Amino acid sequence: MRLSEKGILRNTDWWIVAAYIVLVVIGLMNIYASIHSTGVTSIFDPAGRSGKQFIWTMVSIGAAALILFVINPRIYEGLSLPIYIGTVALLVAVIFLGTEVKGSRSWFELGPARFQPAEISKIATSLLLATVMSQFGFRMGRIKDFLTVAAIVTVPMLIIIAQSETGSALVYVGFIFVLYREGLSGWIIFLIGIFIALFILTLTVSPYAAILTLALVVSFCDAAYTGFMKQWLRIYLPVLAVLAGLPFLLGYLCSLTENPDAFIRRIDPVHILLGAGAVAIPFLLFRAYRSRKPFTLLAIATFIIGVALSFSTEFIFENVLQDHQRQRIEVLLGMKEDPTGVGYNVNQSMIAIGSGGFLGKGYLHGTQTTYGFVPEQSTDFIFCTIGEEWGFVGATAVILIYIFLICRIIISAEKSREAFTRIYGYCVASCIFMHLFINIGMTIGLMPVIGIPLPFVSYGGSSLLAFTILLFIFIALKSNENHNFT
Amino acid sequence: MNIDRQNRLLIGLGVVAAVLIIRLFVIQIVDTSYKIDASNNSMVYQTIYPTRGIIHDRNGKILVGNKITYDLLVTPKEVEEFDTLALSDVLGVTPGFIREKMDGYYRNRRKIGYQSVVMLKQLPAETYLKFAEVAYKFPGFRGQARSIREYPFNAGGNLLGYVSEVDQDYIDRHKGEYSSGDYAGKTGIEAAREKELKGEKGYAIYLRNSHNKIESRYRDGAMDKEAIPGSDITATIDSDLQNYGQQLMQNKVGSLVAIEPSTGEILTLVSSPGIDVDVLADFGNHYNEILDNPYRPMFNRAVQAPYPPGSVFKLVNGLIGLQEGVLTPETEYPCSMGYHFGRNRLGCHAHRSPLDLEESIMMSCNAYYCYVLRNILENEKYGSIGEALDKWDEYVRSFGFGRKLGSDFPAELGGTIPDAAYYDKVYGKGAWKATNVISLSIGQGEIGCTPLHLANLCATVANRGFYYIPHIIKDSRNVTIDARYRERQYTMVDTSYFPVVVEGMYRAVNSGYGSGGTASVAAVPGLEICGKTGTAQNPRGDDNSVFICFAPKDNPRIAVAAYIEHGSFGARWAAPIASLLVEKYLNGEISPQREYIEKRVLEGNLMDKVKPE
Repeated sequence: MRLSEKGILRNTDWWIVAAYIVLVVIGLMNIYASIHSTGVTSIFDPAGRSGKQFIWTMVSIGAAALILFVINPRIYEGLSLPIYIGTVALLVAVIFLGTEVKGSRSWFELGPARFQPAEISKIATSLLLATVMSQFGFRMGRIKDFLTVAAIVTVPMLIIIAQSETGSALVYVGFIFVLYREGLSGWIIFLIGIFIALFILTLTVSPYAAILTLALVVSFCDAAYTGFMKQWLRIYLPVLAVLAGLPFLLGYLCSLTENPDAFIRRIDPVHILLGAGAVAIPFLLFRAYRSRKPFTLLAIATFIIGVALSFSTEFIFENVLQDHQRQRIEVLLGMKEDPTGVGYNVNQSMIAIGSGGFLGKGYLHGTQTTYGFVPEQSTDFIFCTIGEEWGFVGATAVILIYIFLICRIIISAEKSREAFTRIYGYCVASCIFMHLFINIGMTIGLMPVIGIPLPFVSYGGSSLLAFTILLFIFIALKSNENHNFT
Repeated sequence: MNIDRQNRLLIGLGVVAAVLIIRLFVIQIVDTSYKIDASNNSMVYQTIYPTRGIIHDRNGKILVGNKITYDLLVTPKEVEEFDTLALSDVLGVTPGFIREKMDGYYRNRRKIGYQSVVMLKQLPAETYLKFAEVAYKFPGFRGQARSIREYPFNAGGNLLGYVSEVDQDYIDRHKGEYSSGDYAGKTGIEAAREKELKGEKGYAIYLRNSHNKIESRYRDGAMDKEAIPGSDITATIDSDLQNYGQQLMQNKVGSLVAIEPSTGEILTLVSSPGIDVDVLADFGNHYNEILDNPYRPMFNRAVQAPYPPGSVFKLVNGLIGLQEGVLTPETEYPCSMGYHFGRNRLGCHAHRSPLDLEESIMMSCNAYYCYVLRNILENEKYGSIGEALDKWDEYVRSFGFGRKLGSDFPAELGGTIPDAAYYDKVYGKGAWKATNVISLSIGQGEIGCTPLHLANLCATVANRGFYYIPHIIKDSRNVTIDARYRERQYTMVDTSYFPVVVEGMYRAVNSGYGSGGTASVAAVPGLEICGKTGTAQNPRGDDNSVFICFAPKDNPRIAVAAYIEHGSFGARWAAPIASLLVEKYLNGEISPQREYIEKRVLEGNLMDKVKPE
């Protein structure tokens, strides 16, 4: 028993444990608030969801104690590969053997309990990432190492997408922060950001505006990076300004003629833009090649890929995305007003949160959330109950507790002397962060409706247990390290 | 570098946290539209049904309007203990009915949830008012206004078509356009113009408080959607004439169609027996009764029944003969009580002989057209009778026969006109002669055409050689009709051959009794009616009575076809009916000398002669 070893209690980061316990208690209270009108006698009534969650909390605390006091943290590094392989096998198996829930096969039914392999796979992926990236001589910049890491993240992600759980897969995007911390170029994150913005601009404004914005950003970055700001201001900016005015000019010219078949009406500004690009890009490419400016070459490549993406946006949107995903994005971007259909959840959720006001309606006094008008009340939309009953103050407090938890993990990971602990800590922080942002973003209309739980708070035993294990492995690693180095 | 990256990530985290908190601040504190009073609760959507477009007749009279009725909705979750007896008394139903309904809702309570369901449909306004007075005693029950069809005139039941609630099958076939509880036009104009007439549904959003009572409008109706009423449309029908036509056709089986030759607009389209507008208004409740009616009132004979045209068809054969050059207006043929070929005879009635073309039309000589058809078919120009018949078939089709005319009326049928291939199949290839098909000459045999075809033939002759595709929708503010309805459709017969036929039709009506003219009964002084009778064999019993006519002779304003099943000679029923319709349209009234004819027609009952299928 490690419990007998002196110093474990002293070396444990009690701030993180405290934040964890506060969040779990908040979860229990609000799960009860969201179901108390259904005839449950008390928060501990095992017939209700809060009672069940309480039982799971006990199980989770047991697991946490086991991890902290019994299991030797040294075994994780060695076991990470078998755990990972086993999890991937489970992820594949669930597609064929799992129970179908709401159109996706991602759950195993084990007697009274259900669990989602996708939840364990976050732990497995984090452990293996930490193992691989902490190896001596690992360099993010080396292609082989980068591809290994990319594979570790994308394999479970793709299988989860195959289970039609795109939302859960999105969480894996968060691992990019870990890679960034360990040396991945920041431009990659920037690039992903640009492409997402491009996608949204193309859908909401027009391909023309999207491509023009892309040209502006890419050329600006190139100029800033290579130090040709003056040239950029003199040449690029005026040209782009003229191009930006082009659609308005065409619109004005069209208004001058009555003839519906007039030549001017057949001109699409995008064609002009493409023509200009087709002339300018080979020239720029040639110059960049001659003067050996790899960054400029990459910038041009980015621009070309961006244009291709912009033109395929409609195709991706109409053909690759599934109907419900498309509708959710349309509602989010305001392309469709749909308060009865897909927009219903979000609208109800925002009304619930909005009606909370500054101080909230008081615990168990929420009206929106008690009558079951917000769907998935105790699971994915638990934040509504918090927003309605505890108001701005309560909701902000909950967000701050999460931020505190994540910061604390990052800082203590950063202080760690072992790369394994540090990288694992970043993985934990990224997972919690992605869940937090996507889940709360969804309830307040910043993100499309993606059904993933709020860590430690949402109803769902296996989710709570998985997050507990994820977090306490880090606490154990850290406490073990502190113990060894002091 | 590493420290740097760590800090950047922390800053990023801070930014995201700030975004979330600012957004919370906006929706919880700044934006009042989300800040609903704590007692308000969820949104309730109430559908607002649009009023359906109105159908006017050609003179601006309303053929089909709307009136308000009420549906009684129940929200089972809101219903408290109530006095079943009192409610049933107010609504005029049995207490058992209400109990049964409430039990049903209770059984389906999970499915219904907080929704409202329709308990009673189309309550008359008086009943609803009685309910409204005591509605406070019955929480959970409310009325929903809904407009249904109203028919000021008894005109054009079949033509107008009916509107009824959509069934699941209909909803599936029109994906996304309808939902349960909606109404849609199912036949006639209502179906043909459903797109224009239906309008667009809207909704009002209400808020429920924590006791599940509807309390106020959501954002004062800012998010509501108004219903957009359907567009009004104008029919080409003359409602007075249609009504008169229906009276003339009562207790007879057949059709009466009137077209304005100069436009192709259908003035009257009667199929008898038809559907009364009273039945249309409440079609659902009469549905079985209509289906059980042996005379099939839903069957629109005017555009769907293929009849042999009888002697009316002689006009077509005469015109083809002229165009083909095998006949001149002066050609005379003898007739000795019919046309004799081999040991057979195609009979005719007693009249003087020989006759020229005009007289053959006037007296409707059968033998004359046997000669004509034989000359058409045995024309040296063509290699074989088959080839000649195919040419003849082509001519006939150019008059619109044997195919759908392309009218805007739904469910129009094309009828049949035989070609060589048909007889090859019946008799064997090449094993038939002109005499085998000789009955085509007088519009018998393998010809099937609808009364609409016959009216169109009449309009074609009236126009001296062309027609406009008959249609029932006129241009109006909201609706533009297809350009094809404004194009002249020429037949393959030159327009110069038509006047002689018109002259024959004029003499058939206006030569006076004793002259041999077949349609003297149709003569109306001053109207210059031109007509052609027909008597078509009907294997089920007495011959069918057929008559087409137009008037006046020059610049005709109306062309009519009357087809009366088992009406005997054309002059017996069809000619009086058609001529009365023309007289009514052109003069506005029936002259005293002809009132006896009107009386006879109105009182005439041929239903016993008809053996229902």
